[in-house]
Amino acid sequence: MDKLDQLVQQAAEAFSAAADGAQLEQAKARFFGKSGSLTEQMKALGKLAPEQKREAGAAINRAKVAIEAALEARREALREAALLAQLAAEALDVTLPGRGAVSGGLHPVSRTLERIESLFRSVGFVVADGPEIETDWHNFTALNTPENHPARSMHDTFYLEGRDDVLLRTHTSPVQNRAMMAHVERYKHLETMPDIRVIAPGRVYRVDSDATHSPMFHQVEGLWVGENVSFADLKGVIADFLRKFFETEDLQVRFRPSFFPFTEPSAEIDVAFMSGALEGRWLEIAGCGMVHPNVLRLGGIDPERYTGFAFGMGPDRLTMLRYGVNDLRLFFEGDLRFLSQFR
Amino acid sequence: MQFSEHWLRTFTNPLLDSAALGHLMTMAGLEVEEAEPVAPPFTNIVVAQIVEAEKHPNADKLKLCKVDAGTGELLQIVCGAPNAAVGLKVPCAKVGAVLPGDFAIKAAKLRGIESFGMLCSERELGLSDDHGGLYALPDDAPVGVDIREYLALDDTLFTIKLTPNRSDCLSLTGVAREVAALTGVPMVRPEITAVAPTIDDRRTIVLDAPEACPRYCGRVLKGVNAKAPTPDWMKQRLQRSGIRSISALVDITNYVMLELGQPLHAFDNTRLKGAIHVRLPVEGEQVLLLNEQTVTPAADTLLIADEHCALALAGIMGGEDSGITLETSEVFLESAFFAPDAIAGRARVYGFASDASHRFERGVDFALARPALERATGLVLDICGGAAGPIEEALAADALPVRAPVRLRPVRARRVLGIEMADDEMQTLLERVHLDVSRDGDMLLVSPPSFRFDIEIEEDLIEELARLHGYDNIPAVAPLGRLVMLDRSESDRSEWDVRHLLAARGFQEVVNFAFVEEAWERDFCANEDPIRLANPIASQMSVMRSSLIPGLAANLLTNRKRQQNRVRVFELGRCFERKADGQPVAGFHQPRRIAALAAGPVVPEQWGERSRTTDFYDLKGDLEALFAPRELSFECLADPALHPGRAAVVMLDGRRIGVIGELHPVWVQRYDLGPAPVVFEVELDAALEAVLPASGSVSRMPAVARDLALVVSQELSAARVLSALREAAPALVREINLFDVYHGKGIDPDKKSLAFSVLMQDTQRTLEDAEVEAAMSALLRHAELTLGARLRGAGE
Repeated sequence: MDKLDQLVQQAAEAFSAAADGAQLEQAKARFFGKSGSLTEQMKALGKLAPEQKREAGAAINRAKVAIEAALEARREALREAALLAQLAAEALDVTLPGRGAVSGGLHPVSRTLERIESLFRSVGFVVADGPEIETDWHNFTALNTPENHPARSMHDTFYLEGRDDVLLRTHTSPVQNRAMMAHVERYKHLETMPDIRVIAPGRVYRVDSDATHSPMFHQVEGLWVGENVSFADLKGVIADFLRKFFETEDLQVRFRPSFFPFTEPSAEIDVAFMSGALEGRWLEIAGCGMVHPNVLRLGGIDPERYTGFAFGMGPDRLTMLRYGVNDLRLFFEGDLRFLSQFR
Repeated sequence: MQFSEHWLRTFTNPLLDSAALGHLMTMAGLEVEEAEPVAPPFTNIVVAQIVEAEKHPNADKLKLCKVDAGTGELLQIVCGAPNAAVGLKVPCAKVGAVLPGDFAIKAAKLRGIESFGMLCSERELGLSDDHGGLYALPDDAPVGVDIREYLALDDTLFTIKLTPNRSDCLSLTGVAREVAALTGVPMVRPEITAVAPTIDDRRTIVLDAPEACPRYCGRVLKGVNAKAPTPDWMKQRLQRSGIRSISALVDITNYVMLELGQPLHAFDNTRLKGAIHVRLPVEGEQVLLLNEQTVTPAADTLLIADEHCALALAGIMGGEDSGITLETSEVFLESAFFAPDAIAGRARVYGFASDASHRFERGVDFALARPALERATGLVLDICGGAAGPIEEALAADALPVRAPVRLRPVRARRVLGIEMADDEMQTLLERVHLDVSRDGDMLLVSPPSFRFDIEIEEDLIEELARLHGYDNIPAVAPLGRLVMLDRSESDRSEWDVRHLLAARGFQEVVNFAFVEEAWERDFCANEDPIRLANPIASQMSVMRSSLIPGLAANLLTNRKRQQNRVRVFELGRCFERKADGQPVAGFHQPRRIAALAAGPVVPEQWGERSRTTDFYDLKGDLEALFAPRELSFECLADPALHPGRAAVVMLDGRRIGVIGELHPVWVQRYDLGPAPVVFEVELDAALEAVLPASGSVSRMPAVARDLALVVSQELSAARVLSALREAAPALVREINLFDVYHGKGIDPDKKSLAFSVLMQDTQRTLEDAEVEAAMSALLRHAELTLGARLRGAGE
């Protein structure tokens, strides 16, 4: 092995031994510095004869290239090692929780109401609203329930001091008359009134309080009036709704004859699940029926020409069934430990 | 209404088991709320008689009995019951019997003596809670007969919930009539024979208010033994209908009411003076009722009176003074028809309801008064003996309900129900429930019987058809409609958007009662005259809320008590205020509002954030986010609920839309609400308005930013300074933002430093330094002149 080969080998060893950039630069100086080994070789070149010069020069150059390559390789290796060390030092505990606030949530009954609204919107229903301090006339009389009608005792009504013509609405049905009047007024210029399709969600009040009754609770009223709306349509809409709401075909729905002064024929709607904790039990979730002709008439609609159905369902009950809540009172206590489960 | 299945089946007995019978009734509109077996399952228990009873040789409290259970030999049974005595007839569980709870009876040794069975108490048979001793059976109970058979225990108690239109089913025969019609099984009516009078005693009846009482039948019975025992079969039927046996006469009137649906009343005939008048009250008149309540009847309450005084509230309740007792021997029996309108709602005025008023206000068969009186007479004579006078009937035929024929158009029935049903089938169905049908061209003319009070218009018949056809048999179809897209403006947000936005910012929605404690309204709303409920359910729910804030404060308290110190809640709901011209109900303003409360740490306790208590500005940020991109403005406010220095009225486009602030420390302390909760409440309508975005040009030229730190008086609001700067800003100024507020070292104690960043940009060209400097000095000069500001750092 000639001297130059030895030099290349020494350089490679020296560079490998360098633990960091500074040591590497020192090692580099041993070869490329003013009195470095390779520099000495270059200097010695001048003393050679021209023909030897070319040959030796080429050899020195090859050695120089080799040493520079070794130097660069070592630099790269050190850079990479340094980066790895830095990255290792920057490592996080990725299992620590994320930072910042947490989100809240909607009330469980609101979730249900929003869902009911979107399902009915999808078949062309719009949302109507009505006051909660309501006139006796809208709450009862406009719904074919005159004074002394035994049906009034079905509703234990809250009244206000000093006014006997108003009350806290006992159901969302008073919205029916308001919606009909507004609709008739809006389309009075047309030969045929377009269908009324509204739902009216809201809070209602009755003098009643236990595990299954709250003095304030929710209802959703529904109303569809048109030229050919039938009881079969009512059954279709309600059955469709319930299956979509509970997201299951595994559900029995039955319509049971009942009585409300403002619908005829009237029905209670019961559902029964075919599996789960409530399997096979009939649960009452809504009342419904064909709008009574007197109610249509009081809403400015000719009952000979138009027919319609109405329903009033209990979203609190639907919420309890859907999420497995067993005490109605939990909805109104504002306990965050309960409510935050519905995020 | 509760009744025994057994009794029902004596009138009509379809081939259906109890469950199927219950389903049939439910699906016909007679909703079965409960169907309870009279007794739990047990077997091999018979009527037995104790023949010998001696003390157990090894136990003081036990007896050694020899019992005849009809097996041909006496059974030796050890028994601990105190009433075990020779001659007593009792239920005996023989060896092999299974008692309720799967308790099997085996031969056993008790204290060394063999025992072959068990003598039972009522509780051991699951018949009642009575465990005081053995169930003592009547002396005539036949030994050896299965106790289930003897006591008719294989029976079901049905409780049906009748809707107010079906008064015709408020009796056993009424329900049976319906069941027979639905099943086609024949019905056996109770045999009613006219009782021929054997005495001449009678009492004149005068109908002073014939519209209210068009028919009144009465009859005198003499020589009646009021102390006669009620027969067991009657007691049992009454008991299974939830009616306690009182005395034979009372039991008979109740029995006939249950059986036929006709309420009856028995007077002590010796307490009556002269003719019976059915009349309205005279002013100031009082009646002492059977329930020992003295009432002063309202002018529209019908009375039964004699020539001397008022005796009873007609169709509602009898009077104490004229009622029968165990000493009564002369009875005047009343069986009348009172018009529903004359009874409806009256009993409720006096705070009670009776079985009679319940029936009369819904409608009692007006042809039933006389047959029911005959039925009751027959039973009285059978059970209590005596002699009956002739029936005296007062009738105002013109005032009886009219059963006008109702027109049914089969075409309309098919259209309303959405079914195909032939005219003939309609006729058949209606006739099955005793409606009289005739044809008139394309129409059916239908006349209801006297017991139906709910058939007046065509829809009543359509309902009847639906019911008899079976609701289950009406198809459920997807309705056809014209497809028109719903119109919804892009500049309307939905209330759901608002809810979701607040939820995303960490608030949990709550729903609070709209009626609250009066103190809340006074303290938080300075409302001395709240809208009060006439009949609140409790004092803490007695007035209507005029603000959502007190409810949220209560939620905070509830949760603090449950160790939840970080509370962020909101409610979207209605508030109630007095307003003479309120819409849509005059006298009240009922706006929907949205309110939020935040208290405790601004973020939940966590490793990466320093804990800090939520303050005014945190909640203000939430409120601003709710309205973004629209800008709210805020002005100081004095509000009884809020800290006077930390409260603001919230303005949108110059309108006042709500309030924000820290709850007043006085209430925080009084209601124990913890460290400084902050709240806002704004009108929902304002939050539902949105703006339609409009695009402007975006400059491609470089922007220049400069800072401007101004020292101003401590009292000067940031908004005031900012708006002054914005007013004075030359056109090239695009934005001015406040980025720092400082007071403390280096600033006079009555001053503060506000630092603004001013962003300048032209849409067409790069700005020159000179323009920028000129704009900055214009801003500064304006601030100096109008706000008394000076540049921070200048001249210190």
